[in-house]
This record gives sequence, C-alpha cells and structure tokens, in this order.
Amino acid sequence: MDALEQIKGTFFQECQELLADLEAGLMALETGEGDDETINAVFRAVHSVKGGAGAFGMDDLVAFAHVFETTLDEMRGGRLAIDEPALKIMLRAADMLSDHVGAAQHGTDVDLARSAALAGELAAMTQETPAVGAAAPPEPEADEMGFTPLKVGLDSPAGGWRVRIRPAAGMYAKANDIAPLLREMERLGPCTAVLDDDGLPDLEALDAEGAYLAWTIDLTADCPRDTVAEVFEFVDGDCSLSIEPLAVEPPGLDIEALLAQARQPAPPAPEGEVQAVIDQVVPAIPVAQPDAPTDAAGPARASAAAANASPATIRVDLERVDRLIDLVGELVINQAMLAQRVGESGFARSSNVAVGLDELEQLTREIQDSVMAIRAQPVKSVFQRMPRLVREIAASTGKEVRLVTEGEGTEVDKTVIERLSDPITHMIRNAIDHGLESPAERRAAGKPAEGTVRLAALHRSGRIVIEVGDDGAGINRPRVRQIAIDKGLIDPEALLSDEEVDNLLFLPGFSTASAISNISGRGVGMDVVKRSIQALGGRITITSNPGKGSTFTMSLPLTLAVLDGMVVSVGDQTLVTPLTSIIETLQPKPADVRTLGPSSRVIAVRDAFVPLIDIGAVLGWRPETDTPCAGVCLLVENEGGGRAALLVDGIQGQRQVVIKSLEANFQQVAGIAAATILGDGRVALILDVDAVIALRGGRATAIPSLALAS
Amino acid sequence: MTDVATTPSESSRELVSFRAGDQEFCVDIMAVREIRGWTPSTTLPQTPSYVCGVINLRGAVLPIVDFNCRLGREPAVPSDRHVIIVTHIGARLVGLLVDAVSDILTVTGDVIQPTPDVACDTVRNFVRGILAVDGRMISLVALDRILPDLEAEAA
Repeated sequence: MDALEQIKGTFFQECQELLADLEAGLMALETGEGDDETINAVFRAVHSVKGGAGAFGMDDLVAFAHVFETTLDEMRGGRLAIDEPALKIMLRAADMLSDHVGAAQHGTDVDLARSAALAGELAAMTQETPAVGAAAPPEPEADEMGFTPLKVGLDSPAGGWRVRIRPAAGMYAKANDIAPLLREMERLGPCTAVLDDDGLPDLEALDAEGAYLAWTIDLTADCPRDTVAEVFEFVDGDCSLSIEPLAVEPPGLDIEALLAQARQPAPPAPEGEVQAVIDQVVPAIPVAQPDAPTDAAGPARASAAAANASPATIRVDLERVDRLIDLVGELVINQAMLAQRVGESGFARSSNVAVGLDELEQLTREIQDSVMAIRAQPVKSVFQRMPRLVREIAASTGKEVRLVTEGEGTEVDKTVIERLSDPITHMIRNAIDHGLESPAERRAAGKPAEGTVRLAALHRSGRIVIEVGDDGAGINRPRVRQIAIDKGLIDPEALLSDEEVDNLLFLPGFSTASAISNISGRGVGMDVVKRSIQALGGRITITSNPGKGSTFTMSLPLTLAVLDGMVVSVGDQTLVTPLTSIIETLQPKPADVRTLGPSSRVIAVRDAFVPLIDIGAVLGWRPETDTPCAGVCLLVENEGGGRAALLVDGIQGQRQVVIKSLEANFQQVAGIAAATILGDGRVALILDVDAVIALRGGRATAIPSLALAS
Repeated sequence: MTDVATTPSESSRELVSFRAGDQEFCVDIMAVREIRGWTPSTTLPQTPSYVCGVINLRGAVLPIVDFNCRLGREPAVPSDRHVIIVTHIGARLVGLLVDAVSDILTVTGDVIQPTPDVACDTVRNFVRGILAVDGRMISLVALDRILPDLEAEAA
C-alpha cells in the first residue's frame, strides 16, 4: 500500500501544479492575455486532474471535473464564448475543483450541494438540456490508454493524402516520437489522425520498450506526395509507412487533443512492487505515473513551452539540503580559519599558499551562494494562492476587485516564503475589506467600480520587498486618530504627523473596522502582521494617499540562514548585533551622558534622552563600566519603536554571518537571539536587541516623536 | 536510587571513564561522540556557573558543562590539559569539561552496584551506580541530569 500512497502523493502534488496552471490560465483569459493555447492548457489541466482522480476512484471529484471539462471543451472548440461571465463561473469551478482535490487528499467532505449547483451552472453554459449534476457519471474511457476513438466522416471526397504509420520499437529507441510528426503534418494542412490501438496487448504481456500503436492520418491539402514523405524521412525504416491519395475528407477534428494523447507511445515500464499497485490503477496509468501529466501537456504546448520552457527539476528531501547548507557553513568557517592561520604564519601575499587560498576562498563563496540558491524559490507559490482569496473576499464584501501581481518569479528562501503567506493573506484581506470602497462609492468618487489590489515582489539591496497596495480611499486619518484616542492609545492633545497616524494601525488591539465582518475581527490585527514580519528580521511600512489608496511595504531578508550584522567587542568577547535594528552608531561625549535616578544612565541624542545600556554588564561579562565615553554606542530601535543606546567597547566591522541555533544543543538564552561562528573559529553570540532592552528595565524610554508606538 | 537494581543487564557494555577533581566517573561509550581538547569558549549570559559557555564543534554550537562544578564543587580553571567529552544527551550534543579521560571499561551489568544511600542530593541526582574496578571507585553518570532543568530554570 505504501507504493500506492506514494503514487497518490505524487498525484496530489501534481494536482497542485495543475490547479495553479488552471487558475493562471483562466486569469490570463480574463485579462485578455490568453490565446488558443491557454484555453487548451486549461482544458488539459482539468483533464489530467480528472484522469488521475479516476484512477484512484475519487468519484465526486471525477464527476465534477467531467462537467467542468465538458464546458471547457465547448469553449476550446469555439462553440462557447470565452467572455467575462463565463470565466467568472470557470474560476469558481476551478476553486471548487481545488476543494474537491483538497477533500480527496485529506479525506474530508466537500460541499456536494455547492458542487452540484456549480456543475449545473457549467452544464447550463453548454446548453445541454439533460442537466448534468454532480453525480453525473464520467464518460467511460474508451480504452485502457485513455484514448477516445474518433469518428471519421467518409462522405466528402477531396484531395489529400492518407498516411498510415505503425512505428517499430526502434523508432522510439532512436528518440523519435509520433507527436512531432503529427505536428509537422498539421503544418501542411488540415489533418485528422486516428489511433489504431488494436495491436495493444494486455498489460501482463506488454513490453515497456515495445511499440503497439498505429496511426492513420488524413491530410486534406494539395501538396506533392514528396512533401508528405519528407515529414517521415527520419523515421523511414523504423516504421511501416504508407502514403496513399486520400479519397475522402473527414470533418475537421481537433489535432491538439490527438497530439496530447499521441504523446504516450506505450505505458511506462512498471517494475518491482509498483507492479501490484499499477494493476489496481490500470485505467489511467499514464496520468498516475509521476511525470505523465506534465509530459502530456508538453508537446501540444510547444509554442508556449518554447517561450518559457521550465527547466528540469528534481524533488529533494529538505533535510538533505539543510545538511548541505550546514556543511558548507562549516567549510566557509574552516576556510576563514585557514586563511587566518596562513596569515599568521607570515607567508607573502604572492606566495603559492596565499594565492591558492585566495582561489579557495572564491570557490567557497561560490559554493555557498549556489547552495543557498537551492533553497530559494520564486514567491509564486504564495502569490498563486491569492487570486482565490481575493475572489472569496470580494464576493463576501460585495466589492469588485481585480488582483494584479508582479514579480512572481522573485526568489527567496523557502522558510521565508512559508512565513510570508500569513502576513500577505492578512494584508490582502485588509486591502479589500478596509482599503477599497464599495462599487457605488467608487463610482461616486469618479473611479472605476472595480478596485485594484496590487501584490508585487522585488529584490532591493539584498532584501526582498513585498508590496500590497490598493487604489481605495486611503487611510482615514481623522478616524484612526479618534479610535486611538478612544482606546486611550494616544493623548487627545498629541500632535501626530500623518505617518505617525498611519503607524497607529500597528498597535495591538487596533481595528478600523466599524463593524466586525466575517473577514476582519478574527483576532488577527496588523500588530500580529508586524510581529511576524519582525520575527523574520523584516520591517513593514505604510504609505497612504487620501482618495488614492494605501500601500504596505514589507522588506525582508532573502534567507534566514544568514544575517547582516555589526561585529562588536565587549570585554574579551565578540558579539554580533543585527544591522536591521541599528539606526546609527555614535561616540558618547561626557556631556551627553547623564545619570537619572540612583544609577540609571541616559544619553542625549539630538535633544532626546535615550537609556544607555552597557551590554557587557547586561550579559554579565564585566561590571558596569565607569567610563562610557571610552566605548561606542549603537543606537537601536526595538519592535515597538522605542530606542536605546547599547554601549559596547568597540566596533570591528559589518559582515554577513551564518546563523546557528543555540536551542539545538542547549536552550534559549535571555538577550541572545542565536549564535554564529567567526573566522577565528570561535562562537559569537547574536544579540536579541528587543530582549536586551526588555531585560534592562522593562521598557525603553520612548522619545517624544515616537511616544505613540512605545 | 534503585534504577540499576531494577534494570540489571547481563550483556556487557563499554564505559568511558574519566577524572574530574579527585574522583572517577564513567559514561556509556554509546553516548560519547568524540573526545577533544579544550578550546576557549564563549560565555553565555544568564546561565548557571557550571555552564562554561559554547564552542564551535565543526559548525555546531556546543554547550560546555564543567562537570566538577555541576557536582557542586569548585569550577575548573580550564587549560590545555583539560578534555571535553562530547556526549549525546537525548537529541542534543553537550560537551563535558573534565580533567582527563582514563580508560575504556568493558563490564557486565551486574558489576554496577546501586549507589550507596548517601545523604547528598547531588549524588542521588547524578550518580546512577558505582563500579569497583581494581580497587578504584567509579561512578556511573546519569547524563540526562547534566543539562540545566529547563522548567526549574524558568521558574
């Protein structure tokens, strides 16, 4: 059963890809970017899902997919208009199909009434009088290979050629395939291909390397026999081929579908224990086989595929990649240690040893970059979940929304991607629920009724920037201010800049929703979003323009494995402070350092007094220094916007460090976020700025302009 | 502590014995990953005095516990003569700072005597049994008690 589960797992994985393709295709059609190939791809996606599901006996799914597929087929055949209302239903059907897949995968129930209703809508589109419900049986597969025999009309004679081709095994062995031949034929003129699968033996007798299929291709075009023969030039001798004048003209048939089907020369080789499983799933074996669906979609999509051919990929256990990253981390550290030793040994820079070491260093860096890149993935996987969310929220709020995504290909570490999903979901929800006005309000304001939500990703100075913007009304600042006053978050007299008012949205417990809708009011506020972004070492900012909309911008590190830090000395220890929390560094002057109360010290930074925290003392590495002016201050900001000056003995420089967990072998240590290993092979601790500020007296003194955020 | 009495083992096992202070101890060889010399550690804040700090073990951050100090005795002044025994404790790797590794003993389970009932919590906590070898007394260490108790530390 294990093998079956494995195949099933692969199927579901493929379903995710197919469903994404399906949705992307429908969206492309909606925005008018789609072409004939798009609708074909959409059709094939549904078809592949259906085929695989059939193999596993997922009846509800198959029934729904079948109705869906039928409607798409009508569209594909040009018998049904591809217009906006139709596509809206299609998109909902795609969501439903995804629900079905999810239900089948997790063994949950799906809303069959909704499924039936939607299936009814789909069926109504094709104007098929016999209503096709959710329980409609799928059309029986014509044969074991999933091919449907085509009827050929024999009543209208015309010029052309009938080609009969029966490939021998040798033809496939020479990497020739029937699909390109069919495609080539199609270029000569209207074609009809009929598959002859009579030669196909039972599965037991089937030789995976064998060739059993034959095709009859009718070409209705006035071209010389040689032109036709040329097509088969390369395979001549490896197949039995006959080219005869055509006496009859068959009706126009869809060569695309045939191309897709013709791709399967023979079922893939079953072997070992999989055999037993395959016996159970025989009917749709091409689809159940790991690579089949993408493959099947391949040749027919040639034009599109040629443009953006996706490179070959392998699936690797994440643990192996992580192990590799660990090892490379060690290599980098070792390399640095070696370099230091060689430097100490007094070799000249031009010596063979030093030169070799330089090369090693370059190589090491390249290996590190490449290994890090393995974990990098395009943000597409998060972005493609959003259109559905947008549709759902739009439907429940009665707003008209168009989602525009940009930079889907932008790559970022897998862990970061995973943790991006929730904040983005929340912000999109907010943008529609709070940001966009109702269609009536929008029209009154002279805007199109349909609002636009923009989701964009881009790389900027070694970080990834995610923007969620809307063209709504912008932040209603007087109201935000009033709510903050009502909730006692700010003083009624406080003078706040626009930016500061906007930032009130990030305060815990703040919500601008006047009524708790089923979307907002789930106990997740922007404060949670801000915290999860900060937990990733990122920052979030708002820009808002009254009447024109708001944009939330998140800036995040590309990976959680490395961090930009400032390396400082404290006592005889070396410490790393994350660069993101440092605002500036300054040299304290005696006049700036004051004592507050019995022993607390503060430092004046441009008229604002900020607590001075002696890091060496906080971490217990040395007693509190009496001569703060001998050291250097790092002015840092904690997550609440509170500031503090961290006193250290000296700054060694800025560098990227590989983050190592302390918890793996020990436990969490207050004030310390993680550890890293320096070039000299010693462990350096990475400071947890927020925790240090908290350790040192609960709360940082807020400076006046940031009072609201403390 | 009657752990040993209740789980007697007839099969032989190998133990690594070491010296800390003026006493001898041993741990199961299966728990030992490697033995290495002392390297300067990075001191951790907010940790008990017996946690010397962390060192770099080929890319992993390894906490070092001063074994003698863990038993409530004087902390060691680590020098090049000291040895770190890298042990598996559950899923973690922890280094024990000891004076020297002395032996590898092959014993059968019945050689391990129950810990004498002394009025000392430390002994009760850290010693799982006693071995008499060539007139020496070697204490079998309960490794799982070496790390600070997370719950207790948090309280």
